[in-house]
Amino acid sequence: MNSAVLAFEDGTVYRGKPFGAKKTVLGEAVFNTSMMGYQELLTDPSNYMNILVMTFVEIGCYGINDEDSESGGIKASGLVVARDCEIPSNWRSRMGIGEYLEKNGVPGISGIDTRTITRKIRLNGSLKACLSTEDISDEEAVNLARRWSGIEGSNFLKDATCESAYHFDDSEKNIKPFELGGVHINTRKRTFPLFKCAAIDYGVKKSLLRSLAYSGFDVTVFPARVSAEEISDFAPQCVFLSSGAGDPAAAPKEAEVAAKLMKKYPVFGVGFGHQIIARALGAKTYKLKFGHHGGNYPVRNIETGKVSITSQNHSFASDAESLENAGAIVTEVNLGDGTVEGLRHRDLPTFSIQYHPGAAPGTPGSDYPFDAFYDLVGKNS
Amino acid sequence: MPKRTDIKSILIVGSGPIVIGQACEFDYSGSQACKALREEGYKVILVNSNPATIMTDPQMADVTYIEPLVPEILEKIIAKERPDALLPTLGGQTGLNLSVELYKRGILDKYKVELIGADAEAIEKGEDREKFRESMLKIGLDVPLSAVVHSLKEALEWADRHKKYPLIIRPSFTLGGTGGGIAYNRDEFERMATFGLNASPAGEILIEESLLGWKELEMEVMRDCKDQCIAICSIENFDPMGVHTGDSITIAPALTLTNKEYQLMREASFAIIREIGVKSGGSNIQFALNPVDGRMIIIEMNPRVSRSSALASKATGFPIAKIAAKLSVGYSLDELKNDITKETPACFEPAIDYVVAKVPRFAFEKFAGSDSTLTSSMKSVGEVMSIGRSFKECLQKALRSLEIGARGLGGGGKFGGREVTDISAISNGLVRPTAERIFYMRYALLAGMSREQISDYTKIDPWFVNEVAGIVEIESELADAGIRGLDADLLERAKKAGFTDLQIASICNTKIRNIKKLRDDFGINTVYRLVDTCAAEFEAYTPYYYSTYGTENELKPSARKKIMIIGGGPNRIGQGIEFDYCCVHASFALREAGYETIMVNSNPETVSTDYDTSDKLFFEPLTLEDVLEVYKQNNCDGAIVQFGGQTPLNLASELKENGVNIIGTSPESIDAAEDREIFKRIIEKLHLRQPVNATATTPEDAYKLAGQIGFPILLRPSFVLGGRGMFIVYGMEEMKKVVREAFEAAPGKPVLLDKFLEDAIELDVDAISDGETTVIGGMLEHIEYAGVHSGDAAMVLPPHTLSENILDEVRRATFDLAKELKVVGLMNIQFAIKKGEVYILEVNPRASRTVPFTSKAIGVPLAKIAARVMAGEKLKDLGFTKEVKIPYIAVKESVFPFVRFSGAPIMLSPEMRSTGEVMGLDTDLGTAFAKSQIAAQPGLPTSGNVFLSVKDHDKDMAVEIAKSLDRLGFKIFSTAGTAKILQDNGIPVTRTYKLNEGARPNVVDMIKNDEIALIINTPSGMYPRLDENHIRQEALLKKVCMITTIMGAYAAIRGIEAMGKRELDVKSLQEYMAMLNETKK
Repeated sequence: MNSAVLAFEDGTVYRGKPFGAKKTVLGEAVFNTSMMGYQELLTDPSNYMNILVMTFVEIGCYGINDEDSESGGIKASGLVVARDCEIPSNWRSRMGIGEYLEKNGVPGISGIDTRTITRKIRLNGSLKACLSTEDISDEEAVNLARRWSGIEGSNFLKDATCESAYHFDDSEKNIKPFELGGVHINTRKRTFPLFKCAAIDYGVKKSLLRSLAYSGFDVTVFPARVSAEEISDFAPQCVFLSSGAGDPAAAPKEAEVAAKLMKKYPVFGVGFGHQIIARALGAKTYKLKFGHHGGNYPVRNIETGKVSITSQNHSFASDAESLENAGAIVTEVNLGDGTVEGLRHRDLPTFSIQYHPGAAPGTPGSDYPFDAFYDLVGKNS
Repeated sequence: MPKRTDIKSILIVGSGPIVIGQACEFDYSGSQACKALREEGYKVILVNSNPATIMTDPQMADVTYIEPLVPEILEKIIAKERPDALLPTLGGQTGLNLSVELYKRGILDKYKVELIGADAEAIEKGEDREKFRESMLKIGLDVPLSAVVHSLKEALEWADRHKKYPLIIRPSFTLGGTGGGIAYNRDEFERMATFGLNASPAGEILIEESLLGWKELEMEVMRDCKDQCIAICSIENFDPMGVHTGDSITIAPALTLTNKEYQLMREASFAIIREIGVKSGGSNIQFALNPVDGRMIIIEMNPRVSRSSALASKATGFPIAKIAAKLSVGYSLDELKNDITKETPACFEPAIDYVVAKVPRFAFEKFAGSDSTLTSSMKSVGEVMSIGRSFKECLQKALRSLEIGARGLGGGGKFGGREVTDISAISNGLVRPTAERIFYMRYALLAGMSREQISDYTKIDPWFVNEVAGIVEIESELADAGIRGLDADLLERAKKAGFTDLQIASICNTKIRNIKKLRDDFGINTVYRLVDTCAAEFEAYTPYYYSTYGTENELKPSARKKIMIIGGGPNRIGQGIEFDYCCVHASFALREAGYETIMVNSNPETVSTDYDTSDKLFFEPLTLEDVLEVYKQNNCDGAIVQFGGQTPLNLASELKENGVNIIGTSPESIDAAEDREIFKRIIEKLHLRQPVNATATTPEDAYKLAGQIGFPILLRPSFVLGGRGMFIVYGMEEMKKVVREAFEAAPGKPVLLDKFLEDAIELDVDAISDGETTVIGGMLEHIEYAGVHSGDAAMVLPPHTLSENILDEVRRATFDLAKELKVVGLMNIQFAIKKGEVYILEVNPRASRTVPFTSKAIGVPLAKIAARVMAGEKLKDLGFTKEVKIPYIAVKESVFPFVRFSGAPIMLSPEMRSTGEVMGLDTDLGTAFAKSQIAAQPGLPTSGNVFLSVKDHDKDMAVEIAKSLDRLGFKIFSTAGTAKILQDNGIPVTRTYKLNEGARPNVVDMIKNDEIALIINTPSGMYPRLDENHIRQEALLKKVCMITTIMGAYAAIRGIEAMGKRELDVKSLQEYMAMLNETKK
């Protein structure tokens, strides 16, 4: 029954019920406080090499549907839940969460007291972990967790990015805002004319591309390894640096490319893309004790004074002081711990946000950063 | 933005008496608001007619008025106090309606009072169906097909045009949907539309297409002056559309919505709060979702704090009312801190890592003849909330919290066996939504019905049905395993699914201690978790706990002296806010005295379950197992059982057997007062007098004993509160009809028979004793003669007809009884005085329902003093040694929920039926009584037509009353019998017809035509006759003042006289206290 194991580098081990694939995986244990949205979180490439620990207790109730995945499949290494619901209920549901994990070759463990794990991570900082559904011993699991190199200093871009460049499908069906029986809050139409946008994929979420397209961009997605020259050959009107996975400090080449592009084009970055902009400017990034992972973070826009509730999923942050020294202005901060959530360059048409806009919470297309990006591009072209 | 400095004083309007749909959640929110605003340095002026509230404690506000909540009185208060602002959003629908009325009458403009939080325009937009509908369509949201009509003709035309039965009827501007319903055919529609048009103060109803069976969801959102919006909590109804949300089992957070769907609902909520224009504060928005395609429809929004917001506050730890109050004076969300984490701002959205269930509690048994089907008109009288780490766990905890005899799902107790096996009975129990439907789901599963079939019958989401099935599966596994086969895995799964040791023992057919032993062996221990608003992401400082099973215990008992206070559980008729008030006071008092207080309760509406009230709060079911665990894990030094009503008292003996130190009066004394035989000996020993009485253990026994005692007889089950199963019978025939019900009220317990003292005056005495000194708190003389439950009777403090000699005799008896019963703490004695002789009816060595009323009247916090006494202090050290004599009059009046229970007899009886109380304060009895009537609504008329019809027994007194009415200028109408007597006595009277006489116009016609201002009608038997009840129902609908006892009529005459003599004026509690201090000098 309790043949699945979750082991931490500090030697603590929890046993639970296995579900999903039969497999042993490594990753950083990251707790997420969103009460809904497990499908989006599992498929968000920002969670690459994360073992996702859901703090909410009933997971899988509404199943998995065809529309809400943020990428082609599950990107998290594994899933830890207090309870996995086997029989979901929702009119859009196509399969249960266990089946989905299995299809994606990802293991899950259930029956775990995720609050205990959350408290442990809060007190000790994030931990390397091993999750196995293959009947391995406690010792072996702990050793595997200890031996893993961890996220800090790791570059996962070749796994998180796309194979090759592609044009993002901006047919109406693919980008229209979510609605329930004809009701959607964002009643405005797609913005025209379209600007030609090159998006660099560090592990992009589909919803970001959708929002971008809906907000007036014709988007072509490039793999993370793309050079500045290749982008120039494409002759975009602007560049989007996506969210993604890994330690930004371990991606110097990407920062170099970004630095070149920032001089030439209006650039907008989100999440990992925001951290790359910081690095490109020569500012520092650092690993947070246990990061921000949830849907309820208040962020103050210093320029307007207004606070909005944002969805966040980041283990790294950019350093305010070094940003200011590098010519950037911190535009948004986390109301809780004061960390940088947004920046704008003093001279260059570059800005970025650390949190995830337009997905959860928030509705696609209506958000400040995309419109601001559109205006910025308009002014600079 | 910082707080406003242009306003200095703020008027807060409370919600008045407890009624169905508006209970103590508004005391909770109002008290929070008072605290929050005074903290900011504002002068708070509070008005509420309900004395049983914490908010009307004189120290809660700067100026406190216990006065009727009507515009005329509010104008006087405003003229006197000249507040700068009025906060209308914390006093429920009553407070909101009253504020709008003050605005409409130009009173707010006249005195330059600003509405803060929500202005009149926003309130109207949110409340007026048509305006709301337009607003929703304007922002692109969907609303049900509907129409607002003002006449039956319009209604029928609309219905005939659309032909979309079933149709929902909702009267405008009524509480909890009073007078609403679902009509499946034209006949039903016609009847309900008529009823609804009558029920609406605006004579307006909304007709709507039915969304029966759709999913129902709610959102609690807040907005501040900077237009920052946050979502506090989503709530999913277990019962689908068609059952009022107040009567539904509800779950937080929503479980069967995807993130996208939830986000859309969240964004819609923000769009709505903006469009309606709530500037700052909280709102509740209700949604319906079609489970087939997800079509989302907006049902309604409340631009104020609500029952749901109180629930959301308790469910998440986010204090909505407190924050709403701060936002109303200009703060923005980001300027306020989250109390619980201290570090993080209030501008965030709570993340919870548990599941919360709310289950309503009903009182249909008190309203024989009414239909127990749950509809869109709310009928529940209370609710419980529970928290668990799974849906299964919190559902079972909630079910056992209800205190209806159910232990959860299965495992013995009420509904816990195989009570219903007949498949057609089961199907009926599923199709018809009732309070018991959840238990029928279990019966259905046990009978082998498929989950799909259950879902189809009930329209309950398959997810919930599966979860319930999961609980029943565990029950079967336990039964199969038995105690021998019970392994660690199964036991742990059962505990995590909310099964108590008692349930498991019952299913496995073994003793509880064997289960406990197994758990010890396996290491399956109860642990406590914090409600921390943030799913453990930040450190939490507020000690608000719930129990569960898991790997870590977050409870760290302190080294301080700790007293546990056991609350009253869900509100029900007979046990409500008054007892919570006492528990809160006990906590305050013991904290002041240096103890750590530990509150245990399951009722989310209360002040006692505010995390600010006690040092530690445990949101737990009030069963032996749950309470004992809290006591033991906290290493408590003592427990208080005498403040929470019958709930903790019922646990007292077993708690003591399990090593709990019950402080104050001993459980033995409490039992002695309840045990007829022991009590009889005490009465004899003290040379006191009791009505002739006997104890019957079977109905046959009762018949025999009745013969010996002689009729009339009062039948009374033992160990129940609120007069459940209590009857006055005048003959054997009547007795045979009701004796079974009396026995069923407390199964296994004897029924008491008392000689009923007809036309006796009843007196309630609240006293306090420290074991040496006993002091009378107050003596409350009933207005009605004996035979009306003391919870329903109108009362006067101090006694208005009894002589000082009699009162001295009452005092002596009180002192003797306190001494003999070794009372330490509060006691309540009911006396009856007949022909100058004093009888003891009942002694209760515990807090009574009248404690808050008495405390407010005499300006002494009795419950606080009692708590200190129980902890060992002496009255003389606490400075309370003398009975307080007040130079004014306080009248208590009760309010009744008859309008919700069509078909039930409308009358006062030994069985308590009132849900709440009001207080009328003034310097003379007539005015105080008149105020109490205005507060209880409808108030006394000062002119017009009176319908007077009394039973033969009352005819002599009716003559006197008629003379007074005639002198006061009323025109009297009577039916044959009464008319003849009046004519014989030379009093002008117009003969009118009874319904069964067939002639028209009859009295009901006159009521319908607004031709009757006052009804005095005393019933002749145990129940009013059918036609009498019809008159009463009509009066209720038309809000005609109605008096059903002859003594009530006397009091009414005095009230009417007083109102004719002078205009009503208002005086604050603080002014009364000053008067009192003046007389003390």
